[in-house]
Amino acid sequence: MELIVYGIVNSVILIMMSVGFALVYGVSRVPNFAHGALFILSGYLTWIFLNRFGLPYILAILLALILITIIGALLYRLIIIRVRGMPVSEIIASFGVGLAILEYLRWSGLRGMTYMLPPFIPGSTNIFGVVIDYQRILIVIGGLGLLAFLWFFTTYTKTGLALKAIAQNERAALALGIDADMAATVAVALGALFAGIAGVFILPKGNIVVEMGYEVLIFAIAVSVCGGLGSWKGAIYASFLIGFAQILTVKYIASHYHFVVALLVIIAVLITRPSGLFGKQKELEERV
Amino acid sequence: MNSDIILHVEKVSKTFGGVKAVDGVSFTLQRGDVLGVIGPNGSGKTTLSNLITGFVEKDSGRVIFNGQDITRWPPHKIADAGLARTFQVMRPYPTLPAYKNIIPPLYSPRARRSARGKLGDRSAVAIDILEEVGFERDARVPYKLAGTLPLGYLKRLELCRCLALQPELIICDEVFSGLSMSEIASMVPLMKKLQDSGITLIMVEHRLRELFKIADRAIVLNFGAKIAEGSPQQIFNDENVKKAYFGGEDNTYVFK
Amino acid sequence: MAELRKERLDRGVKVRADSIYAVSSMKEIMFLIGPGLALIIVLLVVPLLLTPYWQRVFAITGIYVLLSISFGFLAGYVGLVCLGGAFFVGVGGYISGLLNTVGVPMFLCIPLAMLLGGLFCTVALLPCLPLRGVYFAIVSFVYPLFFARLIPATGWFGGTDGLPGLEVFSNQWGLLYLMVGVILVVIFGISRLVNYEDIGLVFRGVKDNEQAIKASGLNLTWYKAQAVFISAVMGCFGGAYLTHMYGWVGISLFATDFSIMPLAATVVGGVGTIFGPLVGAFLLVPISEALRAFGTLRIVFYAVILVFFVVFWTEGLVDYLKRKYEQFEHWVRV
Repeated sequence: MELIVYGIVNSVILIMMSVGFALVYGVSRVPNFAHGALFILSGYLTWIFLNRFGLPYILAILLALILITIIGALLYRLIIIRVRGMPVSEIIASFGVGLAILEYLRWSGLRGMTYMLPPFIPGSTNIFGVVIDYQRILIVIGGLGLLAFLWFFTTYTKTGLALKAIAQNERAALALGIDADMAATVAVALGALFAGIAGVFILPKGNIVVEMGYEVLIFAIAVSVCGGLGSWKGAIYASFLIGFAQILTVKYIASHYHFVVALLVIIAVLITRPSGLFGKQKELEERV
Repeated sequence: MNSDIILHVEKVSKTFGGVKAVDGVSFTLQRGDVLGVIGPNGSGKTTLSNLITGFVEKDSGRVIFNGQDITRWPPHKIADAGLARTFQVMRPYPTLPAYKNIIPPLYSPRARRSARGKLGDRSAVAIDILEEVGFERDARVPYKLAGTLPLGYLKRLELCRCLALQPELIICDEVFSGLSMSEIASMVPLMKKLQDSGITLIMVEHRLRELFKIADRAIVLNFGAKIAEGSPQQIFNDENVKKAYFGGEDNTYVFK
Repeated sequence: MAELRKERLDRGVKVRADSIYAVSSMKEIMFLIGPGLALIIVLLVVPLLLTPYWQRVFAITGIYVLLSISFGFLAGYVGLVCLGGAFFVGVGGYISGLLNTVGVPMFLCIPLAMLLGGLFCTVALLPCLPLRGVYFAIVSFVYPLFFARLIPATGWFGGTDGLPGLEVFSNQWGLLYLMVGVILVVIFGISRLVNYEDIGLVFRGVKDNEQAIKASGLNLTWYKAQAVFISAVMGCFGGAYLTHMYGWVGISLFATDFSIMPLAATVVGGVGTIFGPLVGAFLLVPISEALRAFGTLRIVFYAVILVFFVVFWTEGLVDYLKRKYEQFEHWVRV
């Protein structure tokens, strides 16, 4: 029982970390390697608003999320747009920005125990005989909410449909008058927002540390790649695969193997299914 | 099996996302023959050549080349066995002299086994091959940058890439398309010359007039299925072909 | 309306140098071999001018130079963006260290580590070779991370402590000039391989035109494996060298720096050249060392430089210099 509950929590955490990355790649083919930095930055901004300016918690979070969305949009408009279509340059440029943000935060003192966000609701409860704190429950609820929003957004709203159209067939979408740059800006901004939401939900679990930024990035990439780049549904399945694999290792082997197993899963999936579990790229390429 | 049969294709099929690109096509090819493969756009001609040469995995069916079952072989192994192909879209190294484009195939095990491959100086061999298909050595055409060559020469360059392998069978994917009349006029004798040198040819084509100057026989594809097979005259008179390919109208203009 | 426009012309010798009748005077010979000669002289002289501390920096820079060249070779000429530099270094270092602990002398350990390490890395990466672009980059990036976590988790090869007390270079000059020699051999060897040897054309085909290579009867994976082996041997030398510089092997050999820095150096120096990564690494590593006083802020500088080069100056240093060297510019009226 404990396994299942913690497996689900762990998987939902992975989903939250990675869904933004998968969404951005799926829609605009931009690998946003600044994802981990945005994740940490949102937590840091929230902390600043909360402790330096003394704003109420909820307001601090909202402000941080708005800021992070704007930063995401600027990141695309100022930097990535200039290297569109060159995947390696896109990776380097966005990774460079992420690196700059993270290392600047580290330099300005973001290390150790000083930076901590309080949980939304303190305390813990008991589900099916498993002790679990409220924050983790909120993470699961938040993650599911995020997915529901994403599903609603891409199924019913005009912008969402435009994003979906571009993801499926960019040329046809352009011919129909969808502005690809605008859509990509929205996508990157939305991805940043998702990273931010993940940050404010997950970070209260522990300290805000820079290393977490890199870890989030690696997990986001791992999950998206395993699920098939560009398919956020694939990312969900992959999150559960890796999430449970980790929890099982911690339980039955040893906790320090959990990263090893995650990496092993990535390597194994990629070698056996080069385009990921749900990727369609390979078949498309073969058709040409 | 009759040793004169060089290629035997048996009921190969391929489905792309629910669309039957190639649907149970079979044919047999005698050594030294020229077979035309014709059909309207999107009828599965290029997919068929991709299936035979292993660039796309077959859903079902068998391909036998020279008595060997090559159905599941990877593309490079098929090429190495002597079944070469050209591509419709050629991508030479634009910034290199034309002859350098012929060097990679000279690295293949098949080319190395041949008498030519043993010569050692690959550049010299490459230039010889280019000269055979009409790259005038005196005008220094083999030394020109591939990016500056006109389409007619690029198509020949692509043929040379196959010839460097000393193949027994070449599948030519639309060698005539996009060429001017005079370029085609010079291409036809070249194909005849290849045939005379004992190479079996499969010509995947749009241009029926030029095709039937060379081909002895043709198969017609429509929506991935073979709808007719036979001599040019038989195909010309076939009711199915008229309906599918020529729209059922008077089609004499196609052959003019 | 007279407008001014900048015109670029090839210098005379450059035009002729593309043909067979290139050289007609001593001056032109110098023009052609000058840059190579300058590189040799600089590499030979620089170690003499440095303080012992900077000599060590020079040696470490050399390792990054080798990794950068191997990255540039794989990315620019074979089309494999391989972020596994740390993997090569780690494998080379551990093999050399392990051999040394069982009593093999150092001068044998290093070549053995190159050979065995090259083979090990190639075999390990073999299943990933059909992967393309970003996928290959990610998997190759994951390999060193995997080993860096596996070794402490299992406690193999000394676990977290590593293997201390290995043989070290007894002579600082030997250390330095071994690296200089290897760099020179590698840079001229690789540049000859990709520019003048026939096999270089096959590699380029593997990068740009997979289909034509397959249709030419060549086994794509086999040629990719050869290229990876060449790169891995270079990386493994770096690892073995580092091992015997410090007399210690540990999981820090799998540090991500070894994977990322070559990428940065190649971007700064110029993608698609062999000398670019070399120049990039010789600039970046010492700069990063000089900025050590700033702590992690140096990484911020770094990232900014990187973004600047990728986004605003994609040409890279070497191509820029090459253009200045081979062409002259002047203003003309249109």
